[in-house]
Amino acid sequence: MDTTLPIHQNPYDIESIRGDFPILSEKINGHPLAFLDSGASPQKPEAVLQRMEHMYRHEYANVHRGAYTLSQAATDHYENARQTVARYLNAASDEEIIFTRNVTSSINLVAHCYGREFLKSGDEIIITHMEHHANIVPWQLLREAVGIELKVIPIDDAGNLMMDKFEELLSPRTRLVSVTHISNVLGTVLPVKEIIRLAHAHDARVLIDGAQGIMHSRVDVQELDVDFYGFTGHKLYGPSGIGVLYGKRDILNSMPPYEGGGDMIDRVTFEKTTYRETPARFEAGTPAIVEAAGLAAAVEYVESIGIERIAAHEQSLLDYATARLSAIEGLRIYGEAEDKAGVVSFTIEGVHPHDISTIIDSHGVAVRAGHHCAQPLMDRFDLAATARASLGMYNNKSDIDQLVEALEFAKDIFN
Amino acid sequence: MDDMLRELYQEVILDHGKNPRNFRHPEDATCKADGNNPLCGDQLTVYAKVGDDQTIKDVAFEGRGCAISLASASMMTEIASGKSISQVQNLFDLFHKLCTGEEEGMVPDEFADDIEKLRVMSGVRQFPMRVKCATLAWHAIHAAVTGENNASTE
Repeated sequence: MDTTLPIHQNPYDIESIRGDFPILSEKINGHPLAFLDSGASPQKPEAVLQRMEHMYRHEYANVHRGAYTLSQAATDHYENARQTVARYLNAASDEEIIFTRNVTSSINLVAHCYGREFLKSGDEIIITHMEHHANIVPWQLLREAVGIELKVIPIDDAGNLMMDKFEELLSPRTRLVSVTHISNVLGTVLPVKEIIRLAHAHDARVLIDGAQGIMHSRVDVQELDVDFYGFTGHKLYGPSGIGVLYGKRDILNSMPPYEGGGDMIDRVTFEKTTYRETPARFEAGTPAIVEAAGLAAAVEYVESIGIERIAAHEQSLLDYATARLSAIEGLRIYGEAEDKAGVVSFTIEGVHPHDISTIIDSHGVAVRAGHHCAQPLMDRFDLAATARASLGMYNNKSDIDQLVEALEFAKDIFN
Repeated sequence: MDDMLRELYQEVILDHGKNPRNFRHPEDATCKADGNNPLCGDQLTVYAKVGDDQTIKDVAFEGRGCAISLASASMMTEIASGKSISQVQNLFDLFHKLCTGEEEGMVPDEFADDIEKLRVMSGVRQFPMRVKCATLAWHAIHAAVTGENNASTE
């Protein structure tokens, strides 16, 4: 651990961390905010807010264009952000970091540029039953375009991936395995390293949807030996509007461009255009400049605390939340995988999740209700919706206590 | 805030939500439509039996949803039954305004009693995210009797 960062020392200083997030001092409907929807998008620390405002005020211009001081400064900050992300993921090179809009666009980029270039009719892509729509629909679009087949790894009732079924699905026709790192509904942490090993043994590439993974675990792309890893800035306590696609350089350079436009070209004539290598090839047009700097600030902030310590804190809070929620009569938790991150999906008998969400909001508690963009998973459990409490680095036991009290109030309204 | 909630979740709504009326699939329905709320995944199917005189003889529904959407669907089936297609369309328009807090204007005498009954749903106007829950079944009956088959709150 870097000992030059003095702010957050052992033990995990939850009060100090909470103090870094201005929004946590807001009152919602007269109550303190118990923000339990970090799985959708966590709140932002002062460091990110200040970094972005500072850049807009003092360092802003378009990147990769001007020969003047400000444009050079903005370009440096944008490219430094790429280096920060590369270092955080332990990528072999910052050229392996492509800035996108979000995980959805990261996955669509792979589906479009890798899928349409290298996959053909009869090739198979394997996903899991607990994917977010963002890791289902792009492959269905690819299926319509080139005729690939989509195979789905089943899960058991606790939400564990059935690895034996995965091995059965792997075949010489398997070209790509695209799976979530952590389920946004069940909290299941997938054995991604083993999945990657098995897929590679069958000469298949692997894409990991790291939307949830990035905020609850250490991601080392070289150690994983993953081919593509997508995540989004806003789920790592950074701004929305910027996502990341990590890809192995050789693979990326073998892929055609995604969007055409400025910045991605080598030379344009009306007869023929040549393209730059990665990452420029995949970043047409003016990128999310200040968001990149904000993402870098978010990465540095997370590093100053340590993702392992954040994960350990969330794990103990998950245990506390699970125990307290389980004690509520009529409440059922979905997702009891052996390896589980800070996400608790639940239903309460006789109270629909939307009604839960509306009612507990009146007590300052923010949770998500709905299908969580994972309708096939909802169907698996014969559900239309669940309520979901998801944890971030700043949550504490009081948040959970406030949730439990608010749920009792919701039950009271319905009884 | 708690008062606004108690107004939204008042006894009549909770009762309709827990024990929805006409929650069935009539064999002799002449039309039906699915109502989807893609944001939350709630789904209702509304069935109607329309006579040759363009009068709705029977309305029923099935599906799942929150207390607000089930209660609204339940009340819709009671009110739409016996009405003409054009009357249902007028009622939908009035009900939509009631839910969003838009000026209803003069309520025609023929609908006065129905709108009075539906007014229990007006608490939803304090919760804009929930207006679509209240209007889902009305979108669906409108789609069913006008031959659309599918209604979405989007």
